[in-house]
Amino acid sequence: MTTKNSLTQKSMPLYPAKTKIQVTIIFFVVLGIYTFSMIKTQEDMVGGFGGALGNMYTVIEKFFPPNFAILSAIWDSMMQTIQMAIIATTIAAILTVPLAVLSAQNITTFKPLYYVTRTFLNLLRTIPDLVLAVIFVGLFGVGVFPGILALTVFSLGILAKLISETIESVDMNPLEAMRASGGNVFQVIWYSLVPQVAPQFTSLVLYVFEINIRASVVLGMVGAGGIGLVLNQQLKFYNYPNAMTIIIVIFATVLIIEFISNKLREALL
Amino acid sequence: MIEFKNVGLVYPNGTEGLKNINVTINEGEFVVIVGLSGAGKSTFIRSINRLVTPTSGSLLVDNEDILKYKGKNLRKLRTKVGMIFQNYNLVKRTNVFKNVLAGRLGHTGTLRSIFNLYSKEDKALAYNNLNRVNIAEKLYNRADELSGGQQQRVSIARVLTQKPKYILADEPVASLDPPTSHQVMTYLKKINKEDNITTIVNLHFIDMAMEYADRIIGMRAGEVVFDGPVSEVTEKTFEEIYGRSIREDDLRGGAQE
Ligand SMILES: Nc1ncnc2c1ncn2[C@@H]1O[C@H](COP(=O)(O)OP(=O)(O)OP(=O)(O)O)[C@@H](O)[C@H]1O
Ligand SMILES: [Mg+2]
Repeated sequence: MTTKNSLTQKSMPLYPAKTKIQVTIIFFVVLGIYTFSMIKTQEDMVGGFGGALGNMYTVIEKFFPPNFAILSAIWDSMMQTIQMAIIATTIAAILTVPLAVLSAQNITTFKPLYYVTRTFLNLLRTIPDLVLAVIFVGLFGVGVFPGILALTVFSLGILAKLISETIESVDMNPLEAMRASGGNVFQVIWYSLVPQVAPQFTSLVLYVFEINIRASVVLGMVGAGGIGLVLNQQLKFYNYPNAMTIIIVIFATVLIIEFISNKLREALL
Repeated sequence: MIEFKNVGLVYPNGTEGLKNINVTINEGEFVVIVGLSGAGKSTFIRSINRLVTPTSGSLLVDNEDILKYKGKNLRKLRTKVGMIFQNYNLVKRTNVFKNVLAGRLGHTGTLRSIFNLYSKEDKALAYNNLNRVNIAEKLYNRADELSGGQQQRVSIARVLTQKPKYILADEPVASLDPPTSHQVMTYLKKINKEDNITTIVNLHFIDMAMEYADRIIGMRAGEVVFDGPVSEVTEKTFEEIYGRSIREDDLRGGAQE
């Protein structure tokens, strides 16, 4: 009784003292890292900005005016890039389903299976997309195919992770009801999990599609086909007005696709 | 017939959910289980459709020990034993009709159910059952557009569509207001009488237990401490089950006007 009284008199803290100390230490460590890295980068950047402003003028002069005459010639490559993104996103969206289910703790109650899938996905996500592209281009040669492979693997890592987290946050009650009415695993998933996950799933797939359009441009520059490859060639030949046109086309395409996909996602959620 | 023979259940964390239970529930009975929170009512009821598995003794449903059931046998048991939940457990984004048809899952092949290929009879059955609980006009509404009482009626229609021999209901009215609670209990009782479906309901309201039960089983700390027809039950019985005197919040009140 006495301890209880003294606590109420001292106005009880919201967090135990131990948590408070831990949080304070973490805060200062993070602050220290920030300060250190800021000082370091500034040392490297001495004189950097001054030079950049001067260069800016030369760059702009070289790139402008863009050469719109090549528009029809680059159209095919732009389409190729979009196709790469569509194919890769579609394959990844299909492969994601089993992987996301197997790496969701609330559905895959068999622990070893859950840990194996989770670890596999974590490994997948640690490989940067550019590295994937370099590897696949090395294996299959320059072209669209290695690009699609790299994008697929790259988006699979992101999608499966995000969707398994969506699955872990669903309302488990309907699943229990379906199980209690004699449904098998597939029926339970189809009837009570899919309706809960479907809107979020579509939204995430669209989001990954947007990322893939941008990523496929970059991947093209290391030989993975599409518009990126053409851009890289033009830059190498110092054809800056051509390169500028390509950059504008990419910019416009990305904007349009993001606009459409945003509208679709709004409609879904 | 459901027979508990020396049934015990210890949860993985060591909690004893059930202790040496011996109970027989006969065809057509309407049994209400009462007891304080944590007494083991849910554990008792969920053992019957094996949502939890007792760790000792034997549990017979229609003379077959269900404790060893796996896979197909287990699903067959569950088609025979329907369940109603405190939180209705409907798929909120799905419409009422599809929610009710889900009661057929145990009777329908995987592919047929995935492509919504339900027979004409199944659809008629689902529709009729919605009619029986007076909610057919909400057929194409999404489940989350319905009130709690309406959702619970849909879940009753779902369980009926399953054509069960037994119905288990775990606190079916705990989230509802008094008039709606009585309405839901009245439907359950009516179905019990008309279809002769053996019904086991967990309740913690004394007055509702007295009003609807044929037989009351009282539980405390995982044990059955009372088992008898409602005619033998008095306020004193409840005080013995609860181990304390009866309070206002043990009563739901608001009997149907
Ligand atoms: N999954 C579980 N793991 C461990 N212990 C559990 C689990 N489920 C229930 N218990 C414990 O078993 C005992 C009986 O729980 P049960 O849910 O059957 O009680 P109840 O009578 O239904 O209570 P309430 O009226 O609150 O629903 C309680 O002590 C509870 O804490
Ligand atoms: Mg309970």
